[in-house]
Amino acid sequence: MSASDHLIPVVVSRVVEVNSIIKRFEFKHIHGNELPAFSGGAHIVVEMLDGPIKRKNAYSLMSSPFDRDQYAISVRRDDNGRGGSKFMHEKVEPGMRMNISAPVNLFALDLRARKHLMIAGGIGITPFIAQMTQASSLGVPFELHYAARSASQAAYMDSLQDRFGDHVRCYCDDAGGGPDLAALLSDQPLGTHVYVCGPKGMIEAVVQTATDLGWPAAHIHFEHFLSPPVGKAFSVHLAKAGIDITVGPEQSLLEAIEASGTPVKCLCRGGACGQCETKVVTCDGDIAHNDHWLDDDQRASKQFIMPCVSRFSGKRLELDL
Amino acid sequence: MSESLIEESILSRPKYGQLAIAPGLAHYFVADASGAECVIRVAQTAPKGFMEKVHILYVPTPGENALITALYALGAKRFEHVPTIDAAIAKLGDWLSESKMGSQLYLAGTEGLIGRAVAKGEECGLDHTAVQCEHRGSLARRVQCVHCKTMIEKVTTQPVKCPSCDLLLLVRDHYSRRLAAFQGVCINAEDPTEEVEIREVFK
Repeated sequence: MSASDHLIPVVVSRVVEVNSIIKRFEFKHIHGNELPAFSGGAHIVVEMLDGPIKRKNAYSLMSSPFDRDQYAISVRRDDNGRGGSKFMHEKVEPGMRMNISAPVNLFALDLRARKHLMIAGGIGITPFIAQMTQASSLGVPFELHYAARSASQAAYMDSLQDRFGDHVRCYCDDAGGGPDLAALLSDQPLGTHVYVCGPKGMIEAVVQTATDLGWPAAHIHFEHFLSPPVGKAFSVHLAKAGIDITVGPEQSLLEAIEASGTPVKCLCRGGACGQCETKVVTCDGDIAHNDHWLDDDQRASKQFIMPCVSRFSGKRLELDL
Repeated sequence: MSESLIEESILSRPKYGQLAIAPGLAHYFVADASGAECVIRVAQTAPKGFMEKVHILYVPTPGENALITALYALGAKRFEHVPTIDAAIAKLGDWLSESKMGSQLYLAGTEGLIGRAVAKGEECGLDHTAVQCEHRGSLARRVQCVHCKTMIEKVTTQPVKCPSCDLLLLVRDHYSRRLAAFQGVCINAEDPTEEVEIREVFK
């Protein structure tokens, strides 16, 4: 079972073009019911029915955790991706009915923190918008450092500065670049927790810098959703189900398993949460491990795979499903 | 002085390791006379420049000066000695309230000192993984009478008589990190006339 098995029927109540690459989508329950409660940092999985293709992508909720009448997400268009963000940008319009999962939070604020230090890169800003609304109402000190490529691509920068004033510092690559991480992380009061969401390089830099400065691992939080990468089609044998399935070039292994009607656990659909970890029965070939979950030994053993983001090339792959 | 010899017990009973330098911007050491040797050992093997980031708080045994001189000679950024554990814990709170993320806390000596410094660190927002403890010296325990909540310092006997409510207490291995104390529970509640031999066991 997984959160995305119990979908909530919603209607798209609003679509806003935030800038040339980002759109915001707002959802309400089809009967106007209250949506499930969530906390800052939570995400939902959005089901996209694109002709014969069914996609499920995870997006962070950016709306207020105190408003259960609607949810809002922001989607950055990626023309080189599998088509999910393109579908959202081109096909989704106000009034359309869609299904979403209940919220799941893998990036919650640690409420023991004396201060929340948030570092966002690009579209990684979205979970922080909900978190800042929460932190601000809790009255806990917080600070957002938000880096974007250019002012024109920096979604919500102006409105966040208006809402949260000095709590928000902005950086643009075309105007001096991002924050000085060593200086920033060297000058935080004891009891601070740091949260980072953005490109891989930014997450690695924050985690490494903080660790080198002596920050305890429990005070460093990051979220890096992967979109499942595209690749060549491949076949997989599901041992328990006794069937062979084919994974299309723009389909994930998880989606292909789901399309066959075979039960599989999952949660984040982005290689982070570990729920879909699956045992490999036979592997004659190479697994492209794209997840953040398995450790190096598990990868080398070829005995485990994360179907949400990982792919296969070779003669035969059999899974314990 | 010999290394700590604490017997294996229930999960609640704290265990101690050996101080080793961790990455950090500031390093706070708190020791009593029995733990001073640990601070000296770490300092002597420290990389160049380390002592410039070190703050030492020391609780000497009354009348003893040699270890004060030896610790002072380590050349820490800050060195202070205070007469009691109470004073050391209050001073540690002052230091930590001004400290930044990236601080490491190193504690060496008796359990009473270690336990109270750990609790103070936590109160100041320090994660438990940024605190290292090395036990040295007496195994005397700080005990809370669970009946009247009196804290009894330097308990060496089993059982111990509560100085406040006069109950005879079994000193358990059950330890409270919040209170930095072992729990003392009445040993003859069913029959208060029952006599129990008092033996010195926490030496």
